[in-house]
Amino acid sequence: MKAKGTVFKYGDNVDTDVIIPARYLNNSDPAVLAQHCMEDLDKEFVKKVRPGDIVVGGSNFGCGSSREHAPMALGACGIGCVIAKSYARIFYRNSINIGLPIIECPEAVDGISAGDTVSVDFENGLIVNETTGARFHAAPFPAFIQGIIQAGGLMKWLKKGGAS
Amino acid sequence: MAMTMSQKILAAHAGLDKVEAGQLIYADVDLVVGNDITSPVAIHEFDAAGATGVFDRERIALVLDHFVPNKDIKAAEHCSLCRSFAKRFDITNFYDVGEMGIEHALIPEKGLAAPGELIVGADSHTCTYGALGAFSTGFGSTDMAAVMMTGKSWFKVPAAIKVILKGKPRACVSGKDVILHLIGLIGVEGALYQSLEFFGDGLAHLGMDDRLCIANMAIEAGGKNGIFPVDEVTRAYLADKVQRDYTVYTPDEDAPYVRTVEIDLSKLKPTVAFPHLPSNAHAADERSDIPIDQVVIGSCTNGRISDMEAAYRILKGRHVAKGVRAIIIPATQQVYLEALQRGYIEEFIKAGCVVSTPTCGPCLGGYMGILAEGERCVSTTNRNFVGRMGHTGSEVYLASPMTAAASALTGRITCPSEFVKEAEA
Ligand code: SF4
Repeated sequence: MKAKGTVFKYGDNVDTDVIIPARYLNNSDPAVLAQHCMEDLDKEFVKKVRPGDIVVGGSNFGCGSSREHAPMALGACGIGCVIAKSYARIFYRNSINIGLPIIECPEAVDGISAGDTVSVDFENGLIVNETTGARFHAAPFPAFIQGIIQAGGLMKWLKKGGAS
Repeated sequence: MAMTMSQKILAAHAGLDKVEAGQLIYADVDLVVGNDITSPVAIHEFDAAGATGVFDRERIALVLDHFVPNKDIKAAEHCSLCRSFAKRFDITNFYDVGEMGIEHALIPEKGLAAPGELIVGADSHTCTYGALGAFSTGFGSTDMAAVMMTGKSWFKVPAAIKVILKGKPRACVSGKDVILHLIGLIGVEGALYQSLEFFGDGLAHLGMDDRLCIANMAIEAGGKNGIFPVDEVTRAYLADKVQRDYTVYTPDEDAPYVRTVEIDLSKLKPTVAFPHLPSNAHAADERSDIPIDQVVIGSCTNGRISDMEAAYRILKGRHVAKGVRAIIIPATQQVYLEALQRGYIEEFIKAGCVVSTPTCGPCLGGYMGILAEGERCVSTTNRNFVGRMGHTGSEVYLASPMTAAASALTGRITCPSEFVKEAEA
C-alpha cells in the first residue's frame, strides 16, 4: 500500500471540531461531511484537495471529541494519508478502525512543507519528500494493528475471524 | 510486575494475571455507551457487517442527548434510527426524551457504572466513570459497533501518571478548578495515551460530583482514562444505585508511574481556561476586564445537582447583568426535578436565567446558545476550541459553576470568592 500526493500542512492540536464542525454532525453521510472538512481551519482545503493528497499535522492531531466523522470526512475527501508528530488516541484508533492510513513521524513533519509532493510506503514506513528528496522512516505498526489495517478496518477484521 | 489501578482492571477483563504498559490486549467489556451522534454511524457499521444480534442487550446503553429534543430534521432522523435499533434488539438501557440525561451524568445516576468495571463508549468523555473506580474510556463508532457485536474490544495498556491531591480546597474552589489547574500544569497532551490516577488526603474533600467532573476532563489532558480510588464517598454514592457485586482494585505499592504531579488544593484559586485550549489556565481574578455576552451552566462536566446548588447559592436574590444571556441546563431529568423541588429553578428564573430540559445543546455548538462572531461565553463545559460554541470568531472561557454564575452577575469574568463569602455568612 502506498500513497502519493500534495501536502496540506497544519500546526499542533488540530481538533476534531475544526476537522468537521459539530454543526454538520446531524449528518453521517461521508460525501456530505467531506464538503465541510477543515472549513473552520482552512476554507481552501475542500476546494484544493485531490485524491491521494496528504495532511501533515503537528502534535496531538485529532484531539477533542470521539466523532468518527472526522477521519471519515478526511477519507471521503480522498486524503491518502495523515502524517503527524503525535495523535490524540481516539482519532488514531478511529482511523485504524475505518482504514484511513495514519502515520506518526515527528522528523517527517519537520522536513515537509505545505505544497510538497510526498510519497508514503505503508509496508516499510518509508516517507519520501519528492520535492526535496529527503527520506524519513516511521516505526511500522504492531502486528495486531497491521492485521486490522490489512483486513480493511475493524469490522472486516472481525468478519474474517480476527478476534478468535 | 506491579500494576496500576487501571492496569489491574484491564488485566482482569482480558483474563490475564499481568499486563504492562504498551501491551495490546483484547478484553471483555461490561458496558458500551453510545449517543445520538455516534450511534447512527455504529448502527450503520453493525448492519453493514451483517450482524444479526447484540452480545448482551443489558450491557448496551443508548442515550439520545446531543441534539434532543430534535433540533432539526436530520437530527430527528438520527434519533429515529437509534430508536428503531433499540426496539429491534430490545435494548434495556435506551434513554429517550423524557427519561434521558446527558450520558455521562445519566449513566452513574442510573447505577450503570460501578467500581472495577470496564466501560467503553463512543464519546470521548466516557472517561467520566473513572470517578467511581471503573476503567472507562472513549472510542469511536466502529469500535462501538464491534463491541455491540462481540462484547469485546482491543486496548493498548496505558502507562499512568500519579496525581496527588493534598489539603482542603477553599469554599470557592471546586473539582472544575482542580482539573483546569491540572490540565494547565501538564498540557493538552500531558497524559497522551496514559491514565491519570488520583491519590491523596485531598480526595476526602472532593464529593462525587467534583470527582465526576475531574475524571470527565481527563481526555482534555489527552488521557486515556482518569481513575479515583474507591472510598467512603464512593460507597455512599453507590449505596442507592448499584446493588450488584463489584470489585475494588487498588494499585500495587510499587506500581509503575511515569510521573507524579502534586497539587496543594488549599492554594488553588478559582480557575478559568481562556480560549482556545483547555490548558490555557488563568486565575479567575487575573483579568476582571473581559466583558462577556453569555454564560452556560450545564453539560456532562458540570450539570449535576451540586453544580446547580453552587449556581443557586450565587444567583439567589440577585439578577444577571444586563446584556448577559444566562443559560442553565440541568444534565438529567432527575437533576432537573431535584433542582425544581429545592427551589433552585425558581430562583434561576427570577435572576434572569433561562432553564432548559437536559441536552448537550450549546456545549458542542449544536443549538440552544450558539455564539455570533466576536461574542464571549463563560461556560462550565469542557472544550473551548475555535468555533466550539458557534462562530470561529467567538470565544469560550471554561470555568466552574460558581465562577460562571458570578460572571453572569457582573457581565465580566469574575472570581466567585466575594459572592461565596456572602453566601457562607
Ligand atoms: S455535554 Fe458536551 S462534552 Fe458532554 S457529552 Fe454532551 S457534547 Fe459531549
